Parts: sequence; structure tokens; C-alpha cells
Amino acid sequence: MGHKTVADTIREITRNHLVRNNGLLLGQAITAAGWVNHTVPNCQGIVELPMTDIAGAGIAVGAALVGRRPIFVIRFQDFLILNGSPLIFFAAKTKELHGKSAPVFVRAIGAESLGPAHSGILHSIFMHFPGFRVCSPMTPGEYEEVWRNFMENDDPMIVSEHRRSFKNEHEFVNSDIPADITLMPISAARFNIDEAIQQLNSEGIKCNVSHIMWLKPFKKEHLLGALANSRAGLVIDAGFEICGAAQSIAYELMLTTGKKVKSLGLEDRSVGVSIESRNPTPSAERIALAAKRLYAEVEN
Amino acid sequence: MTNMRSPEFGTIANLSQSFLKDISLKIFRRMCLVRYFELGVIDAVKRGFISSPVYFSSGQEAIPAALSIVIPDYMIFPQHRCHGIYLAFGGNPEKLRDELLGLSSGTSGGRAGSNCIQCHENNITMFGHHGLIGENVPLGVGAALGSGKPVVCLFGDGAAEEDYVFAAMGFAATHKLPVLFVCEDNNLSILTPVKVRRTWSITNVAKSFGMPALDITDDPWTIIYRTQELTKDLPALLNCFTCRAYWHAGVGMDGPPEWDRFNLVKEELKKLGLAKEISEIEIEIQESMEELWDIRQLQILLGK
Repeated sequence: MGHKTVADTIREITRNHLVRNNGLLLGQAITAAGWVNHTVPNCQGIVELPMTDIAGAGIAVGAALVGRRPIFVIRFQDFLILNGSPLIFFAAKTKELHGKSAPVFVRAIGAESLGPAHSGILHSIFMHFPGFRVCSPMTPGEYEEVWRNFMENDDPMIVSEHRRSFKNEHEFVNSDIPADITLMPISAARFNIDEAIQQLNSEGIKCNVSHIMWLKPFKKEHLLGALANSRAGLVIDAGFEICGAAQSIAYELMLTTGKKVKSLGLEDRSVGVSIESRNPTPSAERIALAAKRLYAEVEN
Repeated sequence: MTNMRSPEFGTIANLSQSFLKDISLKIFRRMCLVRYFELGVIDAVKRGFISSPVYFSSGQEAIPAALSIVIPDYMIFPQHRCHGIYLAFGGNPEKLRDELLGLSSGTSGGRAGSNCIQCHENNITMFGHHGLIGENVPLGVGAALGSGKPVVCLFGDGAAEEDYVFAAMGFAATHKLPVLFVCEDNNLSILTPVKVRRTWSITNVAKSFGMPALDITDDPWTIIYRTQELTKDLPALLNCFTCRAYWHAGVGMDGPPEWDRFNLVKEELKKLGLAKEISEIEIEIQESMEELWDIRQLQILLGK
């Protein structure tokens, strides 16, 4: 029997929610172009939105206000720039201001190397605002955990997905073995870690790894456990580094542990389509290079 | 559009005579409540009891007063000018006062303020607004989609120009959602009049989506009459020409409004032979609002 992928998991969760929970799914171009990488089932409760970024998110939030717990699909995270307004101004604020919740499950699908308007990873922006839960599940088990969390709470949730995860069947394993450097990847960076560790091992630099899925509320106990057994840490994200999730988390861990914790993300340049302009998720090579430099700093 | 802006546009001759006296008096009572409540707000602002921005409904009272009579059960998604809607639909004036004072006994525990009033009691479902202007419109459309229940989305002539308002209206039309869009067209976006900002009308935009839409002035009897018609075939849009009495935010005035519907309604009620009744209502409301806004009470509430 085959293993379930992340895409399979999302599809199953969605079907159950729409059929059994009277849920709704809203999004643009859901049904006609591959059912969002086969993550959306063909069933009741799907609302095809017109090309209405901003209004579409507002409609989803309105449906959340009246108890439908909608799944709101944003096929490329860059589109969150416009769709973010009703989420930020209303969904995130209404519980604290009015005691009325607007639990909307935002499937913000990330990608890379697809050019300037389809490659963004923007979960950092939503970590900034009070009222959101923000996570980045990359495995079937993690996605199920995220969905359970959403259904047990009443906060809007930004789920920073990544297309690289959709075919993934495996769970990541954390390690807190004694090491030189702790690697703490987020989102698609998690898929480049094993290769980076191999490169570093071959150069005599030992690493342990602690994966980050929950960004807000930020769950750090397992990270602290791994850092306690190493000399320094590196947080790696698939989004831009400046003012990004990796930088913020690195700072928080550094304050907590007193150890040197650095960040690595996308370089500060726009994403293009040519090979040299793609600015992708930090590769195994970039991660290894950053870790080596960090190792050299703590050695000295 | 400029020619349509008048206190008579779209009115039907002698329409008020076809209404029961009780209804006409109810209209006036609700308008009085808004008018005199806000006079209390103004005094409180000038005395320093309220320091956060306030958005007055004065001048525009007839619209919520009329709507509260003809569509009392609709879910309400107002915009920032919402005191009148809250009070006309039956919200508790004391809670509204407390919200403006920043007290925990306010409609949102004092946290939301003048432009974000909500009400989920007394059979009222009114959601506070704290997005950009017009962001309440997609929310209302989504609520209608999610619940199947009728919704009224109120917004101003400025919000009517927001991209997402069109998109939400178009969505409502496509899905035949039970939404009444009401544009309170006071002609001003802060201080910039409509004719400077655009040459098109929101009514024509709504019609282009295939929904019934109408321009009228803010005569309450006309609003009730036309709303009854429009709500038979939702979604629909009503664009009401009206005048705000004060600044966009705050207690200042830029000169007398083009017309004062409150006084026009009083004159009409007098013609209907209700002078005595309206005088009694006005005195009663005035006294109750003066009691609500009594300085000594405010001092006690605020610990001053």
C-alpha cells in the first residue's frame, strides 16, 4: 500500500471538511487547471471566485464570520499582498476587538523559480500581525496536526505551503545529538538540509537538525534542546532574509540561549526567470557555506 | 449626477400620507435618538471626555431610521459612520456612549471606538468595521454566501470607488446573494466632492452587473418604499443622496449642509398633523440624552 503524500492529505482533509462539516472552499481557478496540484477534491462546497484579489479574501472572511470555517486557497503566495488586507484588518483583529472570531484557513501556496510574481514566500509578514496562527507544514503528519489545530481553535490560520512538499510522503526527524552547528530549516529549505549536512560532515563539521513548522505561536522547545547540544545555530527560510522569519527566530533563540544564532534566506534581490536571477530557496551549498562560516566564527 | 443631488430627487408626491402615523413617528423617534445622542457626543468631545476620533451620522439619520423599519432582521455590515445604524436598529445608547468613552462596558469593551461599532444583542446582528473603507462589503457578501441570510452592506460614496466593492457586488450578482447594498452618498470623500473624483455612478455600475439599482434622496418614506421593492429581487443597490452635518471625523463643521433632512422630516410630520406628537418625542429624547451625557456622570464613569 502506498504512502500518503502531502497532496493526498490535503485532499482528504478538504473532502471531509466540505462533505461532513458543511465547510466551504474558496479560491480562484480551483477546478479547471489540475485542482490545485490535485490537492482539492471534486466535491460539494467549492466556490470558484472570480479574479478578485482583496474582495475574494473578504468574502472568505465573511463566510468565516458566520461559522463556515472556509478554506481559502491562494495558489501563489505572492497574491497574499493584495488578499492580505481583509485577513490582516479584519480576520486577525475581530476576536480581540469584538470577541467575534473569523477562523479562515488560508492555504498560501509557495513556489520557487517561477518568476517575479509567483515565487514569493510571505509568511513573515503575517507573523508580524497579532491575531494570526502561522505555520509551514511540509509533511503529511504535520498537515494533519495543523488542521486539527485549526479546528480546535478559532483564529485565522496562515498555512505557508510549498509545492515542493506536495509529493512528500515522509516525516522529518529532528536530532539533538552533540554537534557543532544546529540547523533549523523552515518551509522548502527543509528539503535541502540532508544534502547540506552530508557536505558539512565530509568537512568534519557535525550538525544536528531541528525542523521548524510552527511560526506563530512560535514553538521552540525542540530547537532549544538541539541548541543546548551545539555551539551555534543557523535558521534557514525559503523567504527573504531581511526582516524575515529566519532573522526574527534567530534573534529570539540568541536571546534565549546566549549562543550565536544566525539566519539565512533569499538574497536581497528580486526573483527573475533566468537561471542566474532565480534567487531560489537556499540550496544545500549555500546552507553548507553559511554553516561553515558560522563554525569558523565560533572556533575563533 | 450633480443634478440629482437635491432633497426632492426621486421622492413620490404625498407618499408620507400613505404611511401609518405610528410608522412615521417611529421614523422620527429614531432620527431624534441619533441627532440628540450625537449632540451629547459633541459636548463630551469639547469637554475632553472623548479623545479618540468620532464619526458622526448627524445629517444622515434618515437612512438608518428608514432601513431599521423596513429591513429590521438583516445582518448589518456598516462602515465607519455607524452610530446612526446602531441606534436606529435598536442598539443600547448607554453601551455606545461607553464605547466612545473607552470603557469596558462599551459595545466592544472600549477597544474598537466610534467607527467600529458592533451589536449582537436585541436581535441585532451588526459587525464592527475596522478595515479600509468598503472592506465591509466583501465581508457582508461572504456572510450572505455562508449563511444564506439577508445582509445589508452600508458604505459611502468614497467606498463605492474601491475596487473590491465592485468585485464583491459582481460576485453577489453572479451568485444571486441576498444582499442589499446601500450607498450613503453624502458627496464628500473627506472634503473632495464626487464630481472631482469620478464621472460615473455606482448605480449604473450596479445595473451593469444585472442588479436592480436606484438613486433617491434621503427622504425616509421614499427609502422605505423603494427598499421594499428592491428587496424582492436581491442583490440590489440603493444610492441615497444625503448630507453629513460635521466633518468626516470630528466635531467641526464646514458650513451648513445642502439640506437638513431632520428638519425636513419635522416639517413633513407637521403637515401630517403630528406637531404635538413630534414635539413630545423630541423633548423626551432630548431629556434622556442629556441625562445619558450628564457631565457629573461622565466624570464618575471616567474617574475624573
